[in-house]
Amino acid sequence: MATSLIHSDDSIDIEETNFLSHPVHRRSFFKYAGFSAAGLAMMASACKIPYKATGYNLGNSDFAVLNFAYALEQLEAAFYTRVTDKFYTGATELEKDLITDIRNNEIAHREWYQRVLLLKKLPHLEFDFSSINFNSRDSVLNTAKEMEDTGVSAYNGAGKLLKVGLFLAEAGNIVSVEARHVATIRNLISFGDYAGDDVIDANGLDGARTPQEVIALTSKYFKKPIDGSNLPTS
Amino acid sequence: MNILNIMEDIEKADDEIYERINPRRKVIKNFLGAGSKVALSALPIALSGLFTKAYGRVPEKVLDVLNFALTLEHLEHRFYQTAMDTSNLIPAKDKLGFILKHEKAHVKFLEDTIKKSGGTPVSEAKYDFTGKGTYPDVFTNYKTFLLVAQSFEDTGVAAYKGQATKIKASYKEVNEILTAALQIHSTEARHAAHIRFIRLLSGFATIKPWIIGDDNTKGQPSYPIYRDEDDHRHVFININGIGGYKTKNAGTASFDEPLRKDDVLKIVAPFFA
Repeated sequence: MATSLIHSDDSIDIEETNFLSHPVHRRSFFKYAGFSAAGLAMMASACKIPYKATGYNLGNSDFAVLNFAYALEQLEAAFYTRVTDKFYTGATELEKDLITDIRNNEIAHREWYQRVLLLKKLPHLEFDFSSINFNSRDSVLNTAKEMEDTGVSAYNGAGKLLKVGLFLAEAGNIVSVEARHVATIRNLISFGDYAGDDVIDANGLDGARTPQEVIALTSKYFKKPIDGSNLPTS
Repeated sequence: MNILNIMEDIEKADDEIYERINPRRKVIKNFLGAGSKVALSALPIALSGLFTKAYGRVPEKVLDVLNFALTLEHLEHRFYQTAMDTSNLIPAKDKLGFILKHEKAHVKFLEDTIKKSGGTPVSEAKYDFTGKGTYPDVFTNYKTFLLVAQSFEDTGVAAYKGQATKIKASYKEVNEILTAALQIHSTEARHAAHIRFIRLLSGFATIKPWIIGDDNTKGQPSYPIYRDEDDHRHVFININGIGGYKTKNAGTASFDEPLRKDDVLKIVAPFFA
């Protein structure tokens, strides 16, 4: 459905009114900008990042950085979906409740990126979770911890690469939720380890990694590699 | 004041000035060529932009952000230090020592960064952690203490978030400050999640480690910290019910919201003596 690329659900109030006399609603914005929803959808589907010998090359713009984040959010959403499909042995009601919330947040992030990256985006990625034992609490929670700590450091390291203030602001809105996730996962593993010395340095600073470091750390999960070699470095 | 003389003087002192400002030397030559035609009143502005770029001096507005952050870190540091020094308030199992350690480190880190950047760090203020009598038992009742702690942490997270776009520039010194601010920001978010988790486990509040909706009764009631948390539109995209999980909660919880500086100052104002 063409409009689904722009509108996340049908609860949005779309007003077909005079652009000059009313606030800009989404549809009128796109009309004003010279797009029709159908045209936009066609353009979007035609602009998937192609798979090449080195993997999915993200490119070098703000959209490349956002695609990098999109890849990580796809990974997290897929992981938690597997976890919640059949919880590990001995999962408590509290754990199920919290992890289900986390899954829903990660899916919301993934879907948000999918919609905001209208012009050039990764396809739906496939993942290799063969290193994870989904029946084991230890395996699931430690994977979650590693993935979320890495995700937080990815956002912290990528912030300076974003040129558009609006994107930086939105990345900021997301990263603190990721930090809330990992604090909670770490508390489930060992209560009180929400911000341990292994992850917060002597200056009280959380991790920050370059996209290349993050891609290397998470590459085992991606069936087809993500190529961030053209991403900006400063 | 003659701009050509100034540039010549700088050139004598620093023969790489043109490369520093812009590898395309011609641009500067052109700038100087146009100097005589540029309105005299516009010169200081043009120059300050040029030198900021050349030497990476940290702009005043970034220093203001750092001092604003330091103001909040001082408050948090003294709050946790006082609490930890109060016997029988904080159970050891809750490991709030990490938070105190981090807030203390943030104060020092920000002071050092401000000094290194040519600014003057604000000093610690005097505080009234009862919030002018609203929380008289803040250091005798753990439940009250956690309520105020959550308010400080969630406000701190939102405050850093609100400043991030002001610490944006294309040169190294400011980029480093932005990255550090983001690293403090996510540390504060871990703290906030932990305080909320303790409140959940203790049965003190029906709450999650993340912020769901704008129910301000879950935090400090005197000023709407969570006023904007019900926002579910981000860059034209409605995240309410996104991804097939038709719960509004997932939509609002998946994005934290920033607070503007003046709102943050209103939230913390009652805690300054």
